[in-house]
Amino acid sequence: MANKLITCTINGKKKEYFVDVRSSLMEMLRGSAGLDSVKHGCDVGECGACTVLIDGLPYNSCIYLAIWAEGKTILTLEGLSDVKGAISDIQQAFIDEGAVQCGFCTPGFIMSSIPIITSEHPYGREEIRKQIAGNLCRCTGYVKIVDAIEKTQKKRIRERQES
Amino acid sequence: MYDFKELHEAGSVAEALRLTKEHPGALILAGGSDILIKLREGKLAGCELISIFGIDELRGICLEEDGTILIRPLTSFTAVSTHPVIRQHIPVLGEAVDQIGGPQIRNIGTIGGNICNGVTSADSASTLKAYDAMLEITSAEGTRVLPFAEFNLGPGKVDLRAGELLTGIRIPKESWERTYGHYIKYAMRRAMDIATLGCSVNVRLSADKKKIERLRMAFGVAAPIPVRAHTAESTAEGQPIDEALLTRISEAVIADITPRSSWRASKEFRLHLAKEIALRAVKAAVEKAGGSING
Ligand code: FES
Ligand code: FES
Repeated sequence: MANKLITCTINGKKKEYFVDVRSSLMEMLRGSAGLDSVKHGCDVGECGACTVLIDGLPYNSCIYLAIWAEGKTILTLEGLSDVKGAISDIQQAFIDEGAVQCGFCTPGFIMSSIPIITSEHPYGREEIRKQIAGNLCRCTGYVKIVDAIEKTQKKRIRERQES
Repeated sequence: MYDFKELHEAGSVAEALRLTKEHPGALILAGGSDILIKLREGKLAGCELISIFGIDELRGICLEEDGTILIRPLTSFTAVSTHPVIRQHIPVLGEAVDQIGGPQIRNIGTIGGNICNGVTSADSASTLKAYDAMLEITSAEGTRVLPFAEFNLGPGKVDLRAGELLTGIRIPKESWERTYGHYIKYAMRRAMDIATLGCSVNVRLSADKKKIERLRMAFGVAAPIPVRAHTAESTAEGQPIDEALLTRISEAVIADITPRSSWRASKEFRLHLAKEIALRAVKAAVEKAGGSING
């Protein structure tokens, strides 16, 4: 089976991988790129555990061909920490609000929340729920996840207004 | 790893047409939210694929000079629902596709893939049917234009012949101007679910907003393929708007649909649902159009 050279930007760095054309983006990210925050859940686009941002939008990397990543800009949870490795405000909010139990769903939820917390539009709780409807959590019951996203969004809007 | 046998990538429509000629048995892969999942389910092992995902000329929406809305087939559901042309002229289409899956699926799923699958539950199909969409189908020999009304041949079967590619979806101005639409999807869950039944309507009211000048209605999952409700439509034509008319329209729906029992719902429940959501959708569309039900 054919392999193909893929060049893309992952978490701010230009990367090249020689991938089997049959692999999913999830396999490329977990395998070649060693990014384990991209969780291998259902493999069929139902659970959102493998969510990454491609050119700023959330996608299920398990149902996205690795070869489609050519020229794209990809962000995974690893790309959220700063240069010193300190975690971001949204990750801290998940911890503070108790939105993490087993943690398997957490990277996917956090990636799905990025478009919300970086938006100018103040999302209400219902709108937040709609934006995370493609992510499943078997532990938390979702309330604390919505709390964490809502809190971070409000904090960022405040910070933008102050600066 | 997906267990397909071979994958050919097309970078342009011309290349895709050449590839379909060279590999007549190959399946066309758009966003993959159907085919890649079927592969995971062990349904298409060993198949050959032609990926058209990289063909950017097949993305985008515009208003043509004569007022026709042109939607290129690889436009994602997210791009459809957020596009200014759709929001301004046929917001109901955006509202319908915004009810598909979750955000991740709406980013990868394409409107062309949705209708080329030929499934009756396609959320975009009933609205496109209700707006008399026209399909531009291209092959090496040229282009043919087919009314979407004639596209679905049977469950999962559409009128796309070997070597052909859907390259455009058009909604003529005559069809969308002065209309107000409403889509109701009945499903067990609010997200990530397939419709038990879907109904898309649009109305054009008389100048005094007292009469329905024209009603268009189409259903998903009310028959083996997405269907128009012509009986219900003609019941409404030129009629003064009141509760009695709404009841007559919803009763007329029964003549237009042939729902089946499935694990999601029985035939009887679907018939009941169809009448009820048709009534509610017409009511909502009339209200959006500025009309009111009782004078
Ligand atoms: S692992 Fe990708 S959606 Fe579940
Ligand atoms: S914390 Fe366990 S699945 Fe969400």
